[in-house]
Amino acid sequence: MGRTHPKTGVTVTSPTGEGLAVRGLTRRFDGHVAVDGVSFDVAPGELVALVGASGSGKTTTLRIIAGYDTADAGQVTLGDRDITRLPPEKRGFGMVFQHYALFPHMSVLDNVAFGLEARGVPKGDRVRRAELALENVGLGGKGGRRVQQLSGGEQQRVALARAVVIEPKVLLLDEPLSNLDPTLRHSTRDELRAMLRRVAAPALFVTHDQEDAFAVADRIVLLSQGRVLQIGTPRELYAHPHTRGVASFIGRATLVPARDEGEDVVATIGETMRRVPVTKPNRDGGSAVGTSGSGFVVLRPEALRMGAPDADEGWPGTVVGRRYAGATTVYRVALAPEIVVELMSGREYAEGTPVAVVVDSAVPFVPE
Amino acid sequence: MPRHRVALLAAIPLLVVLLWTVVYPNVAVISGSLGHWREFAESPSDVESLVNSLIIAVASVIASLAIGVPLAFLLTRFDFPGRTLLRAVATLPAALPPLVGVISFLFLYGDSGLITRLAQALFRLDHAPWHLTGVGAIVFIHAYTMYVYVYLFVSAGLERYDTTLDEAAVGLGSGAIRRLRRVTFPLLTPALGGAALLVFMNALGSFSAPYVFGGGVRVLSTQILNSKLNDAIGLAYVETSVLALSAIAGLLLFRWIEGRGNYVVSGKGSLTRKRVRSPMARAVIGILAAVVVLVLVLPHLMVVLVSFAKDGAWTTQLLPPAYTTENYARLFMENQLWTPIVNSITMALLATAANVVFCFASAYLVVMRPFPGRRALDLLTALPWAIPATAIALGLLATFNRNDPATGRILLVGTFWILPLAYFVRDIPLVASAVQGSLRQMDPSLEPAARGLGASWLRTPWRVVLPAARPGLVAGALLAAVTAIGEFVASVVLYTHGNRPISIEILAQLRAYAFGTAAAYSVLLIGLVLVMTFGARWLENRTT
Repeated sequence: MGRTHPKTGVTVTSPTGEGLAVRGLTRRFDGHVAVDGVSFDVAPGELVALVGASGSGKTTTLRIIAGYDTADAGQVTLGDRDITRLPPEKRGFGMVFQHYALFPHMSVLDNVAFGLEARGVPKGDRVRRAELALENVGLGGKGGRRVQQLSGGEQQRVALARAVVIEPKVLLLDEPLSNLDPTLRHSTRDELRAMLRRVAAPALFVTHDQEDAFAVADRIVLLSQGRVLQIGTPRELYAHPHTRGVASFIGRATLVPARDEGEDVVATIGETMRRVPVTKPNRDGGSAVGTSGSGFVVLRPEALRMGAPDADEGWPGTVVGRRYAGATTVYRVALAPEIVVELMSGREYAEGTPVAVVVDSAVPFVPE
Repeated sequence: MPRHRVALLAAIPLLVVLLWTVVYPNVAVISGSLGHWREFAESPSDVESLVNSLIIAVASVIASLAIGVPLAFLLTRFDFPGRTLLRAVATLPAALPPLVGVISFLFLYGDSGLITRLAQALFRLDHAPWHLTGVGAIVFIHAYTMYVYVYLFVSAGLERYDTTLDEAAVGLGSGAIRRLRRVTFPLLTPALGGAALLVFMNALGSFSAPYVFGGGVRVLSTQILNSKLNDAIGLAYVETSVLALSAIAGLLLFRWIEGRGNYVVSGKGSLTRKRVRSPMARAVIGILAAVVVLVLVLPHLMVVLVSFAKDGAWTTQLLPPAYTTENYARLFMENQLWTPIVNSITMALLATAANVVFCFASAYLVVMRPFPGRRALDLLTALPWAIPATAIALGLLATFNRNDPATGRILLVGTFWILPLAYFVRDIPLVASAVQGSLRQMDPSLEPAARGLGASWLRTPWRVVLPAARPGLVAGALLAAVTAIGEFVASVVLYTHGNRPISIEILAQLRAYAFGTAAAYSVLLIGLVLVMTFGARWLENRTT
C-alpha cells in the first residue's frame, strides 16, 4: 500500500496494491431488482467507469461497494478478503460524492484533514498532509477558505483531495462531472484523468455520460436495467459492441436491419440491398459474423461517405439537415422515414438534395 | 401624500397600543421596583428563588434535549415496529393545557397517584416510593411537556439534513460518536439552539408546576405572587424585573448559539429510513416504543378516568372505586361552576378577535409597507414573547391599577377587562409571527398588480392580501384561542371573583379535594381545544 515520504510528503505507491472484485451483486427494492448479478474487476491503478442511464443500477452498485447499502446477494472482495459485510468506516475507501458532501461548517483544510483526524493522525502531520493534498489539486493556499466561498469546480477538487489524502484502498466517484457547467466540464475531464492517474488504488467512477467515460476511463462497465451489458475498453465498446443496446448507447449510431449470410452481411433499406463490410471481432462466444442470422449494422459518421445518386452504390437518400463544423460539414441524410444517418463531407449539399450514402469502411454488426 | 406617510399614519395607533400595553407596563414595573433592590439582594429566599429558577430552566433544557433528540433521530432515521403509533402520540403532551398537565401528573405520580401506588404495591413498601415534590418533580413534568419542542425542531432539522454528509464522514473512517460530535450536531445547531431557547423561556417562566407541587422550593414566578399577596408590591416588582431580565439574557444567549451554526446546506435532504433488521433489536425497540407510548398517553387517559370518579371516594385505592357522570352534570347545572366556563370562552374570544385585527394590520404594515418605524413595530410585536407571563401580569397590574389619565393609567385591575387584555398582550407575538409568515410567502408583485388593474387602495388588502394572510391568521388565531382559554399564569395574578377562568376554578376544586370536578373541567378544556383545532382545520380546508 501507499507510503508517504517523510520529507517530501509524496505518496509512493507500491505496485502490489489490491484489486477490487465484484461478484454476482444483486439488490432488490420492494420487489423490483435494481442490481441483478453484476460482476466486474478493477485492478490496482486502473480507472473503470460504471456507465448507464438513470435507473440502470450504477449508483446502487457504487453504494454497495462503498458499504452504504447492503447487497441481497453477491460479494465484494478486496484482494482475497471478502468485505461484503464490512461497515464503510472500516473499508478505508475514498469517495467523491455527486454533490461533493463537503462539510459546510468546516474550513477547506479541515474538510480535507477530517479523514486523517478520524485515523488519529497528529494535528501537525495532518495539516501538512492536507495542505499538500490541496496543492496537488491546484488549491494550495486556499485551505483557510470556507467551503461556500469556492466555485463548483474548486469544490469538486476539494472533495477529491479529501478522498485521496487518506490513501484510499479504493477510490470511488459518483458522477464527479455532472455538477459542472459544460465548458468547465471539458477541461475538468482532462484534469481529473491526470489526477486520478496518480492514484495507485483501483478507481471506479459512475457516470451517465458516455463521453465522460470515454475521456477518463481505462475500461467501461456498461449497465442497463441492473445488468452488465458489456465490459471493455472504450475502443472495444465502440468498435465491437456485443449487442444492439451497447451499439445504440455508444457513439452517434444509426442501426440498420441486416442479415448475416455467412461470408457477407446484407443490409436492406427500402428496396435497396447492399453488402456491407463488417468488423471481425476476435472474441469467443456470442453470435458473431459467420453464424448466419438477422441483426443490425451500426452506421457511424466516420464509416460513411457521400456517393452519387445515379451511380450504383450505397443507398439513395435526401439531405434533411446540415451543421457547419469547420473543415467539414455534418449532414443528416434520411434513407427512409425512420432511418436518418449522419455523415461528414467537405462538399456542399443543399437541404433537399438527393444523394447516396455509401459504407466506406468496416462497421460493427450486432445480432438481433 | 406619499404612500409611506399613509403607512406611518396607519401605524401610529398600533404603536400607541403597543407602547401603552407592552412597553409602559415594563417601565412601570422597573420604576416601582426602585428602592427595593437591596431588599431583594438581602433576602435569602429571593436569592434562592433566582438560583432555583435558573437551575430548573437549565435542567429542563438538558432533560428535554435528552428525550427529544434521541426520539427525533429514532423516528426520522429508523423503521421499527410501533414507529407509526409512537410518531402519532409524540406531540401529544403539547396538547395539554399547562395546569391540566400538572394535575394529571398528580393523579399518576403524586403520593396517592396510580403509578406511585402501583410501585408501592409491587415492591411491598409501607410508604410511597417517591414524593412528587421539589426541583426534581418540576423538571420531570417540564421534560414531559417541553421535550416536544426539541422533538419538533430536531425532526424538522433532520428532514432537511443532507444525509450524504454523514455518509462522507463515515466513509472517511469516522465512527458514530465522532460523526455526531463533528458533523451532525454542529449542523443541527440552529434547530438545537432554537428548541433549547423555547424550553428555557418556558421553564424559566413556568408557574403551574412550581405552584402546585414545588413543595418548599421557591422560584421567581411563585415568589412574585407571594410578594404580591403579602402586599410587598415593591419587592414583587424587583422579582418581576429579575425574572424578565433573566429571560432576556437567556434569549440573547440562545439566539447567539442559534446564529452561530447557520449554514446553507446544499444538496437535497434525502430521507431513507434504515430498517432495524435484527429480530432481537426489533423486539427490544418495539417494547420500548410501547412503554414510551403508554407514558405519553397515560396523563390524558388518567384525566379522563378521574373525571368520572366520585368526588371524595378515592382515598387509598389504586384506582378510583366509584364512577359517575355527575361531575360533568354539575359543571353545567351549578351556577358557581358554570360561570368560569362562560368567562373563559368569552375572554378568549374577545382577546383572539382583538389579536386577529391588530396583528393583521401590524403584519401587513411590517411586511408590505416600507415606512420609517416598521422595525420598531416589528420588534414591539415580538417583545411580549421574551417576557414571562407572570411579568406581563405584574406589568399590567402596575399600569392599570388606578385611574390617572394624566399618566396614561386607567383602572382595569379588579374589572372584567384586565384578563382579556392580559391574554391579548400574551398572544400578540404568536398571531403576528403567524400572519407575517403567510404574508412573506405571498408574491410581492401581487399587490401592485391588483392596483394596476384598478383596484382601490381599500379594496386591494381586502381582496388580495387578506386571502394570502388567511392560513397564518387561522393558525395564529387558533394558537391564541387555545392559549387564552386555558391560561393560568397571568390569570392567577389578575383574576377577580367575577371573571375567574376555568384554570382558577380547577385549582380551587383541587384544593377542596374535588378531584373529579377538577378533572371534568380539564377534560372540558381539552375538548374545547380539540373543537377549536378541528374548526380551524375545517376553515382552512374550505378556502383551499
